[in-house]
Amino acid sequence: MNGVLLAMQGAVSQGVLWGIMVLGVYITYKILDIADLTVDGSFALGGCVCAILVVEKGTDPLLALVIATAAGMAAGAVTGLLHTLFDIPAILAGILTQIGLWSVNLRIMGKSNIPLLKVDTIFSRIVDMLGVKQSAVSLVIGILIAVLIIVFLYWLFGTEIGSALRATGNNEDMIRALGVNTKISKLLALTISNGLVGLSGGLVCQSQKYADIGMGTGAIVIGLAAIVIGEVLMGKLKAFGSKLSSAVTGCVVYFLIRAIVLQMGMDANDMKLLSAVIVALALCIPVAVGKWRIWKSYSEEGPTC
Amino acid sequence: MLTVNQVYKTFNKGTINEKKALCGLSLHLNPGEFVTVIGGNGAGKSTLLNMIAGVYPIDNGWIKIDGVNISRQPEHCRAKYIGRVFQDPMRGTAAGMEIEENLALAYRRGKRRTLRWGVTKKERALYEEKLKILNLGLENRMSSKVGLLSGGQRQALTLLMATLIEPKLLLLDEHTAALDPKTARTVLDLTEKMIVENNLTALMVTHNMKDAIRLGNRLIMMHEGRIIYDVSGEEKKQLHVSDLMAKFEEASGGEFANDRMILS
Repeated sequence: MNGVLLAMQGAVSQGVLWGIMVLGVYITYKILDIADLTVDGSFALGGCVCAILVVEKGTDPLLALVIATAAGMAAGAVTGLLHTLFDIPAILAGILTQIGLWSVNLRIMGKSNIPLLKVDTIFSRIVDMLGVKQSAVSLVIGILIAVLIIVFLYWLFGTEIGSALRATGNNEDMIRALGVNTKISKLLALTISNGLVGLSGGLVCQSQKYADIGMGTGAIVIGLAAIVIGEVLMGKLKAFGSKLSSAVTGCVVYFLIRAIVLQMGMDANDMKLLSAVIVALALCIPVAVGKWRIWKSYSEEGPTC
Repeated sequence: MLTVNQVYKTFNKGTINEKKALCGLSLHLNPGEFVTVIGGNGAGKSTLLNMIAGVYPIDNGWIKIDGVNISRQPEHCRAKYIGRVFQDPMRGTAAGMEIEENLALAYRRGKRRTLRWGVTKKERALYEEKLKILNLGLENRMSSKVGLLSGGQRQALTLLMATLIEPKLLLLDEHTAALDPKTARTVLDLTEKMIVENNLTALMVTHNMKDAIRLGNRLIMMHEGRIIYDVSGEEKKQLHVSDLMAKFEEASGGEFANDRMILS
């Protein structure tokens, strides 16, 4: 029983750290209405950059996170430039960057994975300082960073620039007619989004104490799953801040489901299929229900009212 | 004010679908002129407006507004001179954003956007006042999503947004064509009121010849990418639909005007 609780606690803290990636996905998928597949690559990039800096260069783990964020932003900017400057469809631009990043990540690390066992991380520092458990520290730091980022995004999307970004996702023709360069908007959104993804990759790397070339594989699906789960659970909330919170909550729930399924003895390799099924179901059910309602509500006679 | 000089535009050049949309079109607008634009389908009316707004690049010629050559400026740069209302009521407003947020976006047309708040308290009072002019009760629903409004309400809002910061030129591209006759009339009256009260320079494309005659102080008729009839002042006031029909038939070589123009 103790083991199960521990697994759940681990799942929650993992969920929060991955939740920062989900916030990045939220910006592109929900606000800009772009499915950005760079995420798989930029998440791993954040982890790889963070690992190599901390292990090989002896960089301060906090500074390593900042650099991981910057690396993610650069990756997002590449996708953004391909998409805006050369009119490559956003999905394809994202795929190109993602594929390219696989090699870049291998080059950065020099091998396919790096353990961070003997070096300081931002988590181990606090563990040493306060003498509390690593999992608790991950959770608290994760929540703290997630809250800070939600506050930041809430502020950003309330500003003039942020409003223009939202309008770009809403109605491009309109906001261009009002004098906004929508190419810059998209570039900016992709950059910020992937910056958050890179940061999340760095945090996950420091918390799990290793970076792996495959750590980002399927990240976009986890991101979408988390957003969809968050909407299903907290769809009633309309305020922007609570929508962001529900995305992170959705991510925590996703990792809880995952931990439960794994505890029940499912093969870890089947997890990706489960993720895909969760997202597919979450996207299909509302559509199917809507169609079924219309079908059911038909009658040959006039309305009864 | 606005000068369009020898502008050419051909779509799908060199293909079987080649379409000469504008053929050396020249037009000069003086400040305060309210010009209605009529012409059959494919005459180049919308293309003319899109060229001025910068939706597509022009092939040859130049366009100036107040002496500034805007021929090669991108669409978003020209926005500081131009207010626009589109034919599709969905295109002019952001459905997922609040009424006041839409107005705030329009209030910053052509200005540099910063990290200051997107909507300030002071602006809200201004928007409330402006919305009252529309007489649609929108001033009480400022934090409603625009997607909840009807097509007519959205078009009225777009009109308000286009003129919130006084534009040097207002472009109206059949902005009442997608509305029912009664709503179209309301939006048209509102358009006239705004243009006349603020003495705006405007180009309004319409399919309705009666409206084209009734509104504005100048009328131009287009055919195959050229202006074939340009009339203003007293002469315009004396026009009848039958005169326009005759002109139209003459230009198109006896080919009759399409149903939409006759019936509306």
